[in-house]
Amino acid sequence: MSKVNLSFPEVQIREIRINSITGYQGDAQELVEASYSGLKDKERTFSQCLGCATSKAACMTVLIQDAAVISHGPVGCASCLHEFAFTYRVNSPLRGVVKPTPRRIFSTNLKEKDTVYGGMTKLANTIREVYERTRANAIFVLTTCAAGIIGDDVESVCDEAEEELGIPVVAIFCEGFRSKVWTTGFDAAYHGIARKLIQPPRQRRDDMINVINFWGSDVFAEWFAAFGAKPNYITPYSTVNGLKYASEAAATVQACSTLGSYLGAVLEQEFGVPEIPAAPPYGIAQTDRWFRALGKVLGKEEIAENLIAEKKRKYLPKIEALREKLSGKTAYVTAGAAHGHALLDILGELGLKTVGAAIFHHDPVYDSGRKENDQLAQRVSDYGNVPNFNVCNKQEFELVNALNRIRPDVLLARHGGMTLWGAKLGIPSLLVGDEHYSMGYEGLVNYGERLLEVIENDEFVKNLEKHAINPYTQWWLNQPPHYFLKGGTGV
Amino acid sequence: MSLSGMIEQERFTCAIGALQSVVAIPRAVPILHSGPGCGEMIAGFFERSTGYAGGTTSPCTNFTEKEVVFGGINRLRDIIRNTYKVLDTDLQVVLTGCTAGIVGDDVDSLVSEFAEEGKPIVSVETAGFKANNYEAHSLVVNAIIDQYVDLFVAENAPRSSKNTVNLLASIPYQDPFWKGNLFEYKRLLAGLGLKANILFGPYSGGVKEWQTIPTANFNILVSPWYGKPIADHLKTKYGQEYTWFRHVPIGANETEAFLYQVLDFALTQGAEIDEKAARAFIQHESKAYYEEIDNLATFLLEFRYGLPNHVHILHDAGYVVGLSRFLLHEVGIVPKEQFITDATPEKFQEDIRAELKATSQKREIPVYFEPDAGRAQEILRGIHHNGRGLIIGSGWDKELAKEKNYDFLSAAVPSPYRLVMTTNYVGFTGGLRVIEDIYHLVLSTYA
Repeated sequence: MSKVNLSFPEVQIREIRINSITGYQGDAQELVEASYSGLKDKERTFSQCLGCATSKAACMTVLIQDAAVISHGPVGCASCLHEFAFTYRVNSPLRGVVKPTPRRIFSTNLKEKDTVYGGMTKLANTIREVYERTRANAIFVLTTCAAGIIGDDVESVCDEAEEELGIPVVAIFCEGFRSKVWTTGFDAAYHGIARKLIQPPRQRRDDMINVINFWGSDVFAEWFAAFGAKPNYITPYSTVNGLKYASEAAATVQACSTLGSYLGAVLEQEFGVPEIPAAPPYGIAQTDRWFRALGKVLGKEEIAENLIAEKKRKYLPKIEALREKLSGKTAYVTAGAAHGHALLDILGELGLKTVGAAIFHHDPVYDSGRKENDQLAQRVSDYGNVPNFNVCNKQEFELVNALNRIRPDVLLARHGGMTLWGAKLGIPSLLVGDEHYSMGYEGLVNYGERLLEVIENDEFVKNLEKHAINPYTQWWLNQPPHYFLKGGTGV
Repeated sequence: MSLSGMIEQERFTCAIGALQSVVAIPRAVPILHSGPGCGEMIAGFFERSTGYAGGTTSPCTNFTEKEVVFGGINRLRDIIRNTYKVLDTDLQVVLTGCTAGIVGDDVDSLVSEFAEEGKPIVSVETAGFKANNYEAHSLVVNAIIDQYVDLFVAENAPRSSKNTVNLLASIPYQDPFWKGNLFEYKRLLAGLGLKANILFGPYSGGVKEWQTIPTANFNILVSPWYGKPIADHLKTKYGQEYTWFRHVPIGANETEAFLYQVLDFALTQGAEIDEKAARAFIQHESKAYYEEIDNLATFLLEFRYGLPNHVHILHDAGYVVGLSRFLLHEVGIVPKEQFITDATPEKFQEDIRAELKATSQKREIPVYFEPDAGRAQEILRGIHHNGRGLIIGSGWDKELAKEKNYDFLSAAVPSPYRLVMTTNYVGFTGGLRVIEDIYHLVLSTYA
């Protein structure tokens, strides 16, 4: 179990806290076994643009309905955040937001002289002006590489502003260079939220369950209704008040353990909200376990059993029919860690043959410390091993290489940009952005139907393949994918 | 500007955003010596902007704590060396981010080691706190000129080609219409008898074309302010004079003014041009344009269900002036308060105000220079004019337009609500396209 310590302004980075790694080549079973015996990370001597903690912290704060977000850095460090404003707007009907409001995203716009004299005055003035302009109920300040290296005392500036303005002003330490695992940005955001927003519970509410998630469709409302509870979606689409009293929920569930590992543990360890001891409900076996675990935590085991039986009656025949159509097809997965494992579950359940995976990083043990939350271990025991399992740190060159040699019937991806290479190689490729879409028994039907459609509708990728532009050298495509990974032939 | 200098709703990005100018050169690759998020921030800002080897294809050192403490030069050496193995490219441009800038890695020396081996490689300092991408575009282009183009100057004698010009205009990706615009400039200049090096996009000639930059007789700068350092540099370096057109020429009036200005300048520079044919070309293009306007005028005059009568534009200075002039004179939509969001340096602001003032003898067009576009929106929120209004801006402005019940045309980055591929807004045809876009969205509000 990782140690949550809210007295420090900064979250401990993932590679230290839970020994996360960004490089591995082997198979899934070996990785699962190694996870409990001191897994060592491996570096690469070639790397491509990655992604950093600051935008991950941003996506967990920008969508909080009544908050404003300041990026404390040069203007570039906030330049992709408009995408979250778009997401908020586009997905608000899924969450019943009747009047979506403009997202308030600022940059302190650090200049060269600030790197010499410091940016703290600029930050203090910005916080004040942002409050005047937005009257937000909370302000989040995200740090950046430049702010981090020049050594601005962001915590003090935020504390002073908080006192002056009378609203939470939350420093979030998410400089890109701090962690090799960009998902540390989620942890950083949650750490700040837990320190400054979440209040000790006034009561325990058995009608509310926290769902740590992104911005997917509202599938939990129906499920929880059977247990007499409602989902409290955190943190996107929540409000400052909604977050304050997340501490009063009956339980916490996760849509993606990579995302919510830290917040789940914080809510449990610091505020007494139990996290249910089961990985998210992808695939039949895991969905069974998940509902049972939920029922147990809520003291409503019977309801869980009834729900499982009822859902299975309804959906198993449909799943079986899909299995017949999909069985024997080969598939490759590329995704962030836990949701990648979820996709592997789905493939296993639907009878496809998984021929490999490029998973961005690996968390050997989540912050809860519970093996029951280890989705990859469950996947291996429920559906068998996954060969060609590569922890790829989102390195496109490795993915292209692997796909080119493996040539699966279908590529499943869960991050922008990654489907392109499947399509360029003429491989039908599917990205489902809504991670709730494939959850539960009904999710298998949803996803299976999409899979069939994608495999069937391959004219586009076959045509694209003929005209695809490829910047990779033939030499590279002939090397093993882990050539530049420590221990590989090219290092 | 706000007191703090903060910016809400960014419409440009930092210096390293000029990596897109490298992406726009066919078969060139940007190599980032930067933190791990820089590439993602830029790709996310521009969207659909990966080109040949941008986005997640671009090599990057992805600074960690280790490089911040001990420096990242050895890591960069590995990355560059292996870039040659993995990617097939014609030009490599190493761009530094804030981390490399602050820790002080000597990138120039490292890159010159590779250059001495004969690699077509260039380095340029683009730490985000040093400049924005409007400014850094010039840094990148000048670095390529000095460190790459100049190596070929023996075979490309300065000003040796009388009818060749270098065109310095749209900034790739920052101008969402850059691809179409550059192609249209090239086509129009060819009509005058000039061969234009447009340097970026599929209708440029890639690095081969860059090598011929010195041969151009003169240069053409189309810009309110950005890109001027390139024209100045080329003037000093290769003795090329330049003619400067200060806004985006949209529609007939401005395109004619632009082409006649270039024609006159070309003649003074000794270009071998058939002046009569060139004038005939302009007149022919203009005639074709007015055939459309003539045909459309009835609609503009008579459409009885409501068309916008006034416009607010939030854009860079070149578009604000170019669109204001075009919409007032050639479409009949009156430009009201305008917002220039490109962080125009103060020394250029007076001239831009004068250009906007010269748009009309009859009316003042109030203009705000406001890189903090959130503030621009606050001002706009408090303005009211009679009649149906139109806002031309970036995706950020869609919500404001909705709030004010205005029509909205997305024509600036970031542009999540509109796809642009090869559309041009420049030239006669560009003006017609602007008209199509405006009235397409107006008409689509019915039924």
